[in-house]
Amino acid sequence: MTRAFKNAATALGDDALVLAQRLGEWSGNAPTLEEDVALTNIGLDLLGQARFLLSLAGDEDELAYLREEREFRNVQLVEQPNGDFAHTIARQLYFSCYQELLYRELASGDSQTAGLAAKAVKEVAYHRDHAVQWTLRLGDGTADSHERMRRAVDALWRFTGELFAPVEGLDVDLPALRGEWLATVSQVLERATLTLPTGPDRTAWAAGAGRQGVHTESFGRMLAEMQHLHRSHPGATW
Amino acid sequence: MTAIQDTPGAAGAVGLQAAFDAALANDERIEPRDWMPDKYRATLIRQIAQHAHSEIIGMQPEANWITRAPSLRRKAILMAKVQDEAGHGLYLYSAAETLGVSRDELLDKLHTGRQKYSSIFNYPTLTWADVGAIGWLVDGAAITNQVPLCRCSYGPYARAMVRVCKEESFHQRQGFESLLALSRGTEAQHAMAQDAVDRWWWPSLMMFGPPDADSTHSAQSMAWNIKRHSNDELRRRFVDICVPQAEALGLTLPDPDLRWNEERGHYDFGAIDWDEFNEVLRGNGPCNEQRLANRRRAHDEGAWVREAAFAYASKHMEAKG
Repeated sequence: MTRAFKNAATALGDDALVLAQRLGEWSGNAPTLEEDVALTNIGLDLLGQARFLLSLAGDEDELAYLREEREFRNVQLVEQPNGDFAHTIARQLYFSCYQELLYRELASGDSQTAGLAAKAVKEVAYHRDHAVQWTLRLGDGTADSHERMRRAVDALWRFTGELFAPVEGLDVDLPALRGEWLATVSQVLERATLTLPTGPDRTAWAAGAGRQGVHTESFGRMLAEMQHLHRSHPGATW
Repeated sequence: MTAIQDTPGAAGAVGLQAAFDAALANDERIEPRDWMPDKYRATLIRQIAQHAHSEIIGMQPEANWITRAPSLRRKAILMAKVQDEAGHGLYLYSAAETLGVSRDELLDKLHTGRQKYSSIFNYPTLTWADVGAIGWLVDGAAITNQVPLCRCSYGPYARAMVRVCKEESFHQRQGFESLLALSRGTEAQHAMAQDAVDRWWWPSLMMFGPPDADSTHSAQSMAWNIKRHSNDELRRRFVDICVPQAEALGLTLPDPDLRWNEERGHYDFGAIDWDEFNEVLRGNGPCNEQRLANRRRAHDEGAWVREAAFAYASKHMEAKG
């Protein structure tokens, strides 16, 4: 296994792991029982993808529980706190549309991830549909929900540029996927009576972003919670 | 039974009652469109609602550990389990709806304290081992209670229980397996498992409800084929199942009076602290306030989302004409 391939598997695995962790926080707190089931189910799909990808790069638990914040390679979008339901849906919309395009490309290739991607693309199509349906309901629902959804798509927009930055070892031309992603997202937002945000799609910080192990403040806290029990019992099996 | 839609006169009412009684005597199922006595309906609504509420409140103590699960495999198992519980809540609220009450009404009764949920969920999950102990003991007790409900006289409830029991049996096994890993793990893990079993054992025995002599609803429910076995009978069955399992786990049960009684063919066990049970029921358990407050908060915070979904559906229904 080459170092570059491991890098790519880690990056995609971390995306899935971190978003699964965030979605797990919703469990028991969703607006309806149906959404409790849906959000946990999406989290479970992502956790399954994460376990597969991280196992390609090494030991899944060592990677998940024993790395420091600066060693995680996930994009900053997935680590953003859940916020209100609109923020969670906006994060899902941006990410699932990206992941669907990415897995579709991977599934058509012949790398070791093609098998996973073929299965995952079906899961992610459902995640995308869930996010699209809720974007429509919230955007075109009440005045309050419209305003909340508008704020959410705006607030998370600055984390979307990173999705299309090249990843070393990944056999997919990510920058080339941005056009189709943008078309899909614009169309959904328009149907939801919302407009595509106009601000910058990345932060002005030379240090880089998630793919370089540079994260946002809430991420360390999320990891502290996720890792503390495992780290409190070094060498134990569960 | 066949559907009877007509409004009966006095003679008709006698006939309907006779048909209902005959159905019970033949151990047949009562279906939503069948005539049934008001009290039978009310009893079922109370019981199914309490069961549904227990499923959704029961998500809290376990979801408490999703973000901290110590391995990715355990995290996946726990998320699947908590998701199953939300699903059980859905089937059970649907079963209750066939009796003419809406999920919203029932949730409102839960949120305002007019309907109860199982008292076991008013205990806290303090360590990771509590998740295993809940699976082994609490889900184990639930299965012991619920398997006979698959033969309950009310059709929709009985059918919901068939599916619920299959999933609960998976939950019980994963709880046992998780505790076994802890018991055979490091000294600290073993101690964690023993501590959890020590705390969950007695509350689990209380899940079968008060002793038969003090059980207010039991006799009527048994006559209606809703309940098939008495509280004490089910509790004994559960203890008999657990003792050898505890031995297999390498853990002890916190009861010095627990011993095999050759004559009765059952284990004898010590006296249950019914004062604690009654106090927790009255609202004075360690987590009563917290569980209900969390539930209300999630519901209130979700109000704008439900309103939006409703507004969207109305608009688009109109648009379709």
